[in-house]
Amino acid sequence: MSQSYDRGLVEDYGRWTEFSAGMWAWVFHKFTGWVLIGYMFAHIAVLSSAIAGPEVYTQTLGGLESILLVRMLEVGLLAVAVFHTLNGIRLLMIDLGIGVELETQAKSFYASLVVTAIITIASVPNFMGGAF
Amino acid sequence: MAEQYSSFKSGTTLWFLQRVTAAILLVTLMFHFFWLHFVHHAAEITFQGTAFRMEQLGYFLTMLLFLVAGAFHGVNGVYNALINQGITGSTRTFLKWVLVIAGVILLVQGIRVALAMSGGAI
Repeated sequence: MSQSYDRGLVEDYGRWTEFSAGMWAWVFHKFTGWVLIGYMFAHIAVLSSAIAGPEVYTQTLGGLESILLVRMLEVGLLAVAVFHTLNGIRLLMIDLGIGVELETQAKSFYASLVVTAIITIASVPNFMGGAF
Repeated sequence: MAEQYSSFKSGTTLWFLQRVTAAILLVTLMFHFFWLHFVHHAAEITFQGTAFRMEQLGYFLTMLLFLVAGAFHGVNGVYNALINQGITGSTRTFLKWVLVIAGVILLVQGIRVALAMSGGAI
């Protein structure tokens, strides 16, 4: 199984020249994780309008979806969720001993970025439909 | 053997549960996004449609599983990220309990929302 690896403090910006694909994958996974859990709290808060009544819920969601910035943020959220998911699959595979070589880990990280970009761009029409 | 980038020590219960919830989220998150953004568009969502879905026990339980897995995975992920940043001692204990309370609040409110969405059918 995995060996522990002391990567040091991430906020030590003096280490930026040491950044490797594995380090970027780790930083991106943490960043997207923070965004997703933050969004989850906000999402439950918005959905709590259902407790106030059916009309309040429908108007709240409809009102938010009428804001262009919200639609754009949804595209960003999809990008964040897709990357976190793909990188998570990558981490699960590595935990299972698949693709553990550093070169393979780097390639799978770059593949995660490319697939995330493709899915995100392809989803833009779906998310922005009716926004204008 | 190649060095592995793991957020925390393998073999612990929290490490195992983080992987289990990740596997659950792989399925439930994709289902959620697909169903509520690509099949039903978010802009067209009404309480009536939400209630129709949530009144179905299978869908309701899937969303509950999604909530529990997401809350645990997210809160535990934040805790591990903080440990990676070097928190120790009383700071670590304090933040652990802040996150536990935040996670419980998220779960309780999420369940209240789910029950309201089911319109009393569940």
